[in-house]
Amino acid sequence: MKSGSNLEKVLTAGHFAVTGECGPPRSADDQVIRKKAQYLIGNVDSVNMTDNQTSVVRMSSLAGSLILQQEGLEANMQMVCRDRNRIAIQSDILGAYALGIRNLLCLSGDHQKFGDHPASKNVFDLDSMQLIQTVAMMRDERKLWSGQEMEEGTEPRLFIGAAVNPFADPFEFRVHRLAKKVAAGVDFVQTQCIYNMPKFKEYMKQAHDMGLTEKVHILAGITPMKSLGMARYMKNFVPGMDVPDEVIDRIKGVEKKGQAKAGLELAREQIQELREIPGVAGVHLMLIEWEERMPELVKEAGLLPRPVV
Amino acid sequence: MRLQYPTNVEIIRVPCTGRVDIIHLLKALEDGADGVYVAGCEEGDCHYLTGNLKARKRVVYVQKVLEDLGVEKERVAMYNLSAAQGPRFVEIAKEFTAIVTALGPSPFKKHRAKAA
Amino acid sequence: MIIAERKPIEEILAMVQDFKKILVVGCKGCVTVCNAGGVKEVGILASILRLAREKEDNPLTVDEHTLERQCDPEYIDQLDGLMSGYDAVLSMACSIGPQYIAARFPEARVFPALNTCFMGGALEHGVWAEFCQACGDCKIHLFGGLCPIARCSKSLLNGPCGGSSGGKCEIHKEVDCVWHLIVEKLMAQGKLDQLLEIRPLKDWSSSRDGGPRKIVREDLKI
Repeated sequence: MKSGSNLEKVLTAGHFAVTGECGPPRSADDQVIRKKAQYLIGNVDSVNMTDNQTSVVRMSSLAGSLILQQEGLEANMQMVCRDRNRIAIQSDILGAYALGIRNLLCLSGDHQKFGDHPASKNVFDLDSMQLIQTVAMMRDERKLWSGQEMEEGTEPRLFIGAAVNPFADPFEFRVHRLAKKVAAGVDFVQTQCIYNMPKFKEYMKQAHDMGLTEKVHILAGITPMKSLGMARYMKNFVPGMDVPDEVIDRIKGVEKKGQAKAGLELAREQIQELREIPGVAGVHLMLIEWEERMPELVKEAGLLPRPVV
Repeated sequence: MRLQYPTNVEIIRVPCTGRVDIIHLLKALEDGADGVYVAGCEEGDCHYLTGNLKARKRVVYVQKVLEDLGVEKERVAMYNLSAAQGPRFVEIAKEFTAIVTALGPSPFKKHRAKAA
Repeated sequence: MIIAERKPIEEILAMVQDFKKILVVGCKGCVTVCNAGGVKEVGILASILRLAREKEDNPLTVDEHTLERQCDPEYIDQLDGLMSGYDAVLSMACSIGPQYIAARFPEARVFPALNTCFMGGALEHGVWAEFCQACGDCKIHLFGGLCPIARCSKSLLNGPCGGSSGGKCEIHKEVDCVWHLIVEKLMAQGKLDQLLEIRPLKDWSSSRDGGPRKIVREDLKI
């Protein structure tokens, strides 16, 4: 066991894992997280706590993760390279582990232009590949980049995650990028949310052929569409998103108050399809600001009960 | 052709309107012109190929300067016509004169006007 | 070269609003090449300032002078004797110019008429783009001759990120994703192995992060 986290145990035992996502508030109100947590308890193996996602200032991922764990959920803390240099990054990793965090997702981070503080300076001292290496080095070699060594038993032993986007360009390079992250030391990856199933299957086939599915746990990302407006927004305005017209048409054909239900039904079908694809170790369900539908989605997709390992 | 055009139009001849630069338009205004227009060949007919296109871009640049200074951009304009079009030349002279007359004297000669 | 751009007219007018007589000093170096602060641009700015102040019925005398460059003390010395009688000096060089003038003439009021933007080159006549960030440790040969530090919005050394779409960067559809270009080029050259190498952490201490920099050539010092 690298970290002994629940997510690690579930994946290592060969169960189909389920992770969720939780966005922290734009204030210091911890109750926002505690309320969302209630919909997730018992429905997931661990929950992502985002880190100033889309460069919008929110309560920190570390604080949010701690609150989730206080509520009885296991957190996947997220860390982006946009806002912190290597000093703060290594420091926060030490702190996170000391406070009980066991899973860490290493991300580049959306450019600050997208957020509410576009005038800020960005850092990007490291990139996501080097961040993965950092966490792996601190865990497996008990070292910092300066060469500073930690005594055995005092090193942060985190389960290392990353994000992959099979739908970004250049497509031929995407699976090589996954290979690179595996070489850097990643333990699990979550994909960008999938709407283009054929393209995803092609990506998984390439990953399988390269032997990567043996080396890393791949969790397929799903974000159910709440409405036609959301579907169109994601197609046209979210970077790295691939929403085929068939998906738009499916939601379009339904009258407004039935659209959310159609979106959830589509998500349920996708989960079924994903379980059949070799190498898919689980799903990452992102019901941002829609956490209340999580229990029903997980139940109807046949993902309950969650395994206790 | 001996056609009459307004006497307040002072003509400065250039071999091609591509020779007209931003500074010439600005200097004209500095020297007291109430308006400046550039009359170039029809687009596509420039003997030097792109001279009149460059002139238009420079006119647009100066129009933006006028806007930034809170002055009517209609005081600077670009027209296209062929050298053979005598009547059109007169038409343009009359049209532009009317436009500038309606706008009134240039706001860039207040001080000069006072001193005079 | 250094690419700069003239500040908006309102900003420059605000800088000189209390003055009656100013000197605009241009530069025949980089700013002439990028059409921002050479002899021509000095003439245009001087004219615009006169016109603007004429309109306010508060005339401004604007004299014009252009130096070879404003980044060598011997050229700045040429202003000696030319500076008297002016309420302020407006430098149309990159920001090195006004700094040099201010240092050489401590009693003078010196203002920058340009915003110094980046180091780059021309793409076509009238269009310039950023190509270098002066990181002090050039490694473009590892990236097919392209610079990810300057041209990637996130300065990634192991890109592209998940926001690369259609060859464009997530921040703007007119910004090329340099990592898309790097990957295409190296893959076309059969150098996939170079792309699969994990580039190590960058030593930013040779960049501006390490503090203001200086180069000394003992062999050239008199």
